[in-house]
Amino acid sequence: MSTSSTETKAETAPVLEDAPSGRLARIARLQALQIVIVLALIVVIFSVMKPNSFLTVFNIRGIVINTSILAVLGVGMTYVIITGGIDLSVGSVLVFSGVVADKAMAGMGGQGWGTAFVGLLVALVAGFVWGLINGSLIARAKVPPLIVTLGSLGMALGLAQVITKGVDLRDVPSVLVNDIGFGNVFWQVPTLSVIAAVVIVIGIIVLHRTRFGMYTYAVGSNPEAGRRVGMNVDLHLIKVYVISGVLAGLAGFLNLAFFQSTTVGGQSNTNLNVIAGVVIGGTSLFGGYGSIFGSIIGLFIPATLQDGFVIVGIQPFWQQVVVGAVLIAAVYVDQTRRASALRGGTRPRLNRLLTRPSGSS
Amino acid sequence: MTDAVLEARAISKLYGHVQALSDVNFTVRAGEVVALIGDNGAGKSTLVKILSGTEMPTEGELLIDGRPVHISNPSEARRNGIETVYQDLALAPHLNPVQNMYLGREVMRKGLAGHLGFMNNGEMLRGSKAAFDDLGATVRNYAGSIGAMSGGQKQAVAVARAAAWAKKVILLDEPTAALGVVQTKNVLELIRRVRDRGLGVVFISHSMPHVMDVADEVQVMRLGRRVATFRAKDTNMEELVGAMTGAVTQEGHA
Repeated sequence: MSTSSTETKAETAPVLEDAPSGRLARIARLQALQIVIVLALIVVIFSVMKPNSFLTVFNIRGIVINTSILAVLGVGMTYVIITGGIDLSVGSVLVFSGVVADKAMAGMGGQGWGTAFVGLLVALVAGFVWGLINGSLIARAKVPPLIVTLGSLGMALGLAQVITKGVDLRDVPSVLVNDIGFGNVFWQVPTLSVIAAVVIVIGIIVLHRTRFGMYTYAVGSNPEAGRRVGMNVDLHLIKVYVISGVLAGLAGFLNLAFFQSTTVGGQSNTNLNVIAGVVIGGTSLFGGYGSIFGSIIGLFIPATLQDGFVIVGIQPFWQQVVVGAVLIAAVYVDQTRRASALRGGTRPRLNRLLTRPSGSS
Repeated sequence: MTDAVLEARAISKLYGHVQALSDVNFTVRAGEVVALIGDNGAGKSTLVKILSGTEMPTEGELLIDGRPVHISNPSEARRNGIETVYQDLALAPHLNPVQNMYLGREVMRKGLAGHLGFMNNGEMLRGSKAAFDDLGATVRNYAGSIGAMSGGQKQAVAVARAAAWAKKVILLDEPTAALGVVQTKNVLELIRRVRDRGLGVVFISHSMPHVMDVADEVQVMRLGRRVATFRAKDTNMEELVGAMTGAVTQEGHA
């Protein structure tokens, strides 16, 4: 970089304003903040209606544990959707990974950590392979992500059923069930959720703090800009789908520990639930914009509604109705945000309230 | 007159049977703005694609500082000190000016953190501010996304990025095409400052007033050939338009 010649500065003094770069401002910019308010409202309403049954450690623990496995998938899905893609195969890859892990552990026998560790490894490798297949077809063969992952959705699920012959496997070592599936790290903090939390924290750090994360946004924002500066856009896309695959493999392993079953028939809506959570959390289906934090909040909303409706005695089927409406509202908000950005736009109203104005624009 | 920093010799380009360029010579000197003008289909864009490494010439050679170079992709062009500002900007709208400035050339932290992919954001912010200040470019908000900025600001970021990284030559493909009056004036001012730093500037434009305003030399293309070269101060718009349309001929092509 050349930083010579200072005499040119004089005439048109550059307007340097380091406006919102603070932490508060950065968070406020996220659509995710609005969804935090929605979640908080839901929690407050249920708490007021049934304080003694909703706001209990036992109940909260249940909501958290129900969200944990979806959250692991949600981390990978957030990366994929930020690139402007979609991964419909996560539920099937979860099942497939669980099935091959179960087979591997059954073949090895034993109820100890050694067997469990082999199962974990097999599940991760299975997820890796599916992610690699998805990513390669999308990045190199240029088949649209919707079609590639729709295809691998069917293939992974079909192969899982071929292996199991349609009957769920249950060869899960007892340490896995007791320590991970139902265990607590301490007090009432589930091991499963701590594992998910670690994945979430790593996911957030990598997405918001590293070059890899920035490239993920760049690919979703304008892949051509990346190519012109020498980025390997195709390779980056493959890596992102591999992340989604590996996390689906991990989720398959956790699912096995929690349900002590491969749940072959029980994951048909998992992909859509995860995508809904990510989109509710403010990640744009058009790519270039989003956050893992938002996705996690977005995943808590359906789980909290489901739980709350049961407790207050409303038919839990209403959950689907409400989640559907929230999903549409979330995409509407994203659309208006994108439109205003295109107009050369003003920042969202909420953001303006929370940060000092950044001068004229 | 100084020596050519970038020179294209006897460039021809065939697309199938279509002769897009035939035997074109083109020179850029350090510290000069060369305007490249011509009607649609005259071959300006093809020539720029060859200079920026997007396309390979069918025949002919490129020289930098008098040495023949082989440029077969944009990365090689950049390694040779040639930066391009594309008509469609080629910025990532969701990233901020600093991220765009350093995209593909990030400054990593030292040691383990750098190997883990952590970037030195402070250093990149300093570098970006220095680069924008250097050109007197107005960037109001280094943390906001490029997409929320005006066309003029985007173009300023694109030009400043190219100027910061270019060691020899900047190619600008219709940089003022989509801009308003004030923004255009600012971009032309940026171009002068880039030139004053000693870079060679290639300025492609359809706008004769802009060309007359900023160029030191004007090279005119017509039907895949360079048909005329003028010093900007010795010519006028009628002459340029005449050369573009074929009413005036200067170079002795058949």
